[in-house]
Amino acid sequence: MLQRTIPIAILCLSGAIMVGAYFISSAQSWGETVTTWFNILAAVAFVLGAGNLIAMNLEKISSQRAGWGYAAITLVSFAFMLVVGLLKLGAVPNDKHPDIHLAGSYDTTASPFGWMYEYVMSPLTSTMFALLAFYVASAAFRAFRAKNTESILLLGTAFIVLLAQTAAGMFLTGWIPEDSAFAFLRLDKIKSGIIEHVQTAGMRAIMIGIALGIAAMSLRLILGIDRSYLSKN
Amino acid sequence: MQQTTSARGFTALAAVSAALLAPCAVAMAQAGDAVAAPEHGWFRGDRTALLVALGVVGIAIVIAIMRARAGHPVKIRRMPALDAVDEAIGRATEMGRPVFFIPGIQDMTDIQTVAGVTILGRVARTAAEYDAKLEVPTSRSIVMSAARDIVQAAHFEAGRPDTFDAGRINYITDEQFGYVAAVTGSMMREKPAACFYMGAFYAESLLFAENGNSIGAIQIAGTAEPSQLPFFVAACDYTLIGEEFFAASAYLSGERVQLGSIQGQDIGKMLAAGLIAVGVVVGTIAAFDPSGKVSTAFENLKSLIGG
Repeated sequence: MLQRTIPIAILCLSGAIMVGAYFISSAQSWGETVTTWFNILAAVAFVLGAGNLIAMNLEKISSQRAGWGYAAITLVSFAFMLVVGLLKLGAVPNDKHPDIHLAGSYDTTASPFGWMYEYVMSPLTSTMFALLAFYVASAAFRAFRAKNTESILLLGTAFIVLLAQTAAGMFLTGWIPEDSAFAFLRLDKIKSGIIEHVQTAGMRAIMIGIALGIAAMSLRLILGIDRSYLSKN
Repeated sequence: MQQTTSARGFTALAAVSAALLAPCAVAMAQAGDAVAAPEHGWFRGDRTALLVALGVVGIAIVIAIMRARAGHPVKIRRMPALDAVDEAIGRATEMGRPVFFIPGIQDMTDIQTVAGVTILGRVARTAAEYDAKLEVPTSRSIVMSAARDIVQAAHFEAGRPDTFDAGRINYITDEQFGYVAAVTGSMMREKPAACFYMGAFYAESLLFAENGNSIGAIQIAGTAEPSQLPFFVAACDYTLIGEEFFAASAYLSGERVQLGSIQGQDIGKMLAAGLIAVGVVVGTIAAFDPSGKVSTAFENLKSLIGG
């Protein structure tokens, strides 16, 4: 019984404080206090997460499951960064306390920790991000197949916007004077019209729906109507 | 959400709310005052309009819940994305492949993650009933703890506590693209037959969805990130768009009280529609008004509503 009542009570209290803190100036610090509670929880839970990461990868290696080599690399990298970061190995000495090793900075590229982050981690994440270009192309290829009326409209709109973004767009319609009666036929004008009026209107409709959805869901949670996030056993 | 006869009262409430806000701006214009820059005392005066809107929507939702509890009919339109959950898990069971559930990359402080893990409860229960293997890689340790609790509860509900395996719900990393690399790698190796993406997603949305598409998985997504919705719509079989995503947990629960809360949202839509209509009318008149009074009223209305 208490397993469900106490979490709901904490949720109601936290929710009420956060709402109050948004509208009452003097209660703003209460909202910050609630955020601090969460940060403490997250810090404790991170230990749990790290423990799980180690256990999961060790299990993968011991059972030699598919991709166990990646698990080994993960564990070695994790241990290396943890030791280098916690012990501040190779940290740049602090000018004020040059004799105290732990006072040094570890987040510059002059230290092993900073160097690894800047020259190993960042390029790897950038590589993953760069893959997006190829996925956008393949997704667009499928989405822009003219199968029905909606697809044809989508294809036509995308074609105009894409063409207007390129030099070809200016080459094709750039000769139409901006102050002429036919200026609306310029691709850059059509593109602006699509983005500023059609797209913005659609986006705002979605945003209004999202805001209302958030309000309704928050209310369900704060009032304890939706308890599906709680264990029933 | 489909509007029912009970929403007729809400229409009047929306019209009243819009009518309450509009004259405020007009009255200020008549007095020749612009909306004053707010001085923050104990109450944030610049957020009054939001408080009024929140109050109206909140009251409407509570009324709708009470009506549902009293036995009034609650009619909600069908959501194909949620109706396809059973089909997707059933297919995975038949093929002997796992089901992947990705609850986004944000922490439990994000309402989208909360919405995602509530949907996870239903997916996990169906997976437990069908004896399908459900994998939940998470990018936050608190989400992992919450997901484990929910999946375990789902197994108890399905009468299959013995099949719960905490080892299938794992923390990967907080790093966005590190998480993407790990999850897409697992996808390519394990070839799940169904993938659910429910939560807050950013640049990784298309990376997940395209990888899932390439392995032929049934994909169901839900998010409230407007910039990521086109990617999910293009690459997934079903997508819960914004508001639908937040309504999903209530829809899946099938409880009258929760469904009533969805109906209550209609009042908010009507309020928004009413305000848009007032804004369009006043804005159009302002464009043709030579005196500029209506124009001032229009600007004040915008300041009042926009804060």
